[in-house]
Amino acid sequence: MGLTMLIPGIVLIIVFMLIPFFFSIWLSMHVEIVGSTVPVRSVGWMFYRHLFSDPIFRGIFLKSLENNGIFALVVVPVQTGLAMFLAILVNRHGAFVKFCRTTFFLPVVFPMVLTSLIWKAILAPGPQGMLNAFLHAVTFGHFAPQYWLGNIHLALPSIMLLSIWQGTGFQMVIFLAGLQGIPHTHYEAALIDGAKKWHLFRDVTLPGLRNTTIFVVMVTTIFSLRVFDQIYLLTQGGPINATSSVMYLAVSQAYVANNVGQGAAISVVLCFVILLMSLIQRQVLRERVD
Amino acid sequence: MTTDNPPVATRRRRRGVDRTPWGTYALLAVFMVIFLFPVYYLFVGSFESPSQTLDGLRAAIPSSLTLANYHSLSQTFFSSTITGSLRGFYTVSTLVSALVVAGGLIVNSLAGYALARMQFRGRRFLLLLVIVLVIIPFEAIAVPLYYMLNGLRNTLIVQALPFVGSAFSIYLFYTFFLNLPPQLEEAARIDGAGPWRTFVQIILPNAKPAFASVAILSFIQIWSSYLWPLMMTSQPNVYPLSIAIGNLIKQQSTPNYGEMFAFGVLLVVPMAVFFVVFQRWFIRSVASLGVKG
Repeated sequence: MGLTMLIPGIVLIIVFMLIPFFFSIWLSMHVEIVGSTVPVRSVGWMFYRHLFSDPIFRGIFLKSLENNGIFALVVVPVQTGLAMFLAILVNRHGAFVKFCRTTFFLPVVFPMVLTSLIWKAILAPGPQGMLNAFLHAVTFGHFAPQYWLGNIHLALPSIMLLSIWQGTGFQMVIFLAGLQGIPHTHYEAALIDGAKKWHLFRDVTLPGLRNTTIFVVMVTTIFSLRVFDQIYLLTQGGPINATSSVMYLAVSQAYVANNVGQGAAISVVLCFVILLMSLIQRQVLRERVD
Repeated sequence: MTTDNPPVATRRRRRGVDRTPWGTYALLAVFMVIFLFPVYYLFVGSFESPSQTLDGLRAAIPSSLTLANYHSLSQTFFSSTITGSLRGFYTVSTLVSALVVAGGLIVNSLAGYALARMQFRGRRFLLLLVIVLVIIPFEAIAVPLYYMLNGLRNTLIVQALPFVGSAFSIYLFYTFFLNLPPQLEEAARIDGAGPWRTFVQIILPNAKPAFASVAILSFIQIWSSYLWPLMMTSQPNVYPLSIAIGNLIKQQSTPNYGEMFAFGVLLVVPMAVFFVVFQRWFIRSVASLGVKG
């Protein structure tokens, strides 16, 4: 019977994806302590109320949400724009261009742990730090060394910077595939009409990349909502919650503070935000077809 | 898939319309330096003495190179049972990755094939389930999984288990098999081959690109994974490389960057070698993602 082919894969995704998804809703309404025999107690919506009305916790949660929002508002357009720009630049032949394409894609195979390590050194405080030394040199000594990851105003932008470095190549390759899917007859038709370079971009390239762009924007937005590794490794959410993210808060509640219910409540909120955004994307894509 | 077409620019150049201007090369060069510098710094820094690695711009152009970092790494990490050994971290990362990639290829390709080619009740429902699960990122279910699988903490299997079955891989296989011509299997069916034999003898040889894509994407993901092993391991003998390096980054109050860089090089070398050898496939597998939508 051929249907047995289906079973292992489907059972695995049900057990390790679907069940945890529903289980997180249950967990978020109960108090439970990992690895203890203390009986589980039902608490209704308490953990959700904490998120929005607990005087102390509310501040941290809203700050984390705001950080995710700022992260998305900056990283999504910058990374998408840069990726599209680089894709257009490398959409040609030649050994040098090919080398550049490899270079831009290379950070994608760098684990975030490693990216964090390299950038921790680049962003090191004091005149010894690479970025500080570089900025000092190019401004002929006018730039004062900064504590990039320890400054309340610079920490989040620093995290964004290294995230963009690591992620742009991935989007660039997706754009490159999108560019190569635009029929060249479209360009020829525009050229016959006497279109200038900028018009070619505006009237042929940009519309041709529409669906690719929506896809990339969605992927990058979801990525912005789940950012965790670099924050845990480099700033632990600090200084004074300046880099705390929703995922960082969820993990530090569930894993560090052993408050699984609170962490689960945050995960549920995150899940619903992501599902809602995916629905919006589907809607936007569908409009094009009609 | 349209990625096999030559770039648009070539066709236009052949017609003598477009020539790559020097400004483009200059821009490319600037971005290349920006993107390559951190990689260069990692490799060069791993061969510098501790005082050199963090020494302003001089760190980028070292006056002397040394193997001391690699030497001290091997001393600290090859034997120590308290901090774990380098060989141990490598073994864990390799075993977990192998289990996820190999196991994932088998179960997800089978499921994708059944969804694409077989008629049964509930097929549309299962397809919808897969599509919804593609959207949910691992991070969003990490907390309940942590609670569910707590009994398996500090084992190798728990590091791989949640990633073997993957809605995303099933979906990639599904779309690939959907686009294979059905005539391929008809001949086999006439010969009386069952679905399993058809899959192994007819489908597998024709699905190499899909297998390569899924293998590469899941390898990048599992080799880099940090959050899950962070929650699931507390004993050095089951640490993967990412956790071992992460601990190094977090613990040192006066960081020895040279030594950390050397460790980082050891983490990225298997991936980098793999990348250089299979570069075309890497880029193609990522490029194929945008085509769905």
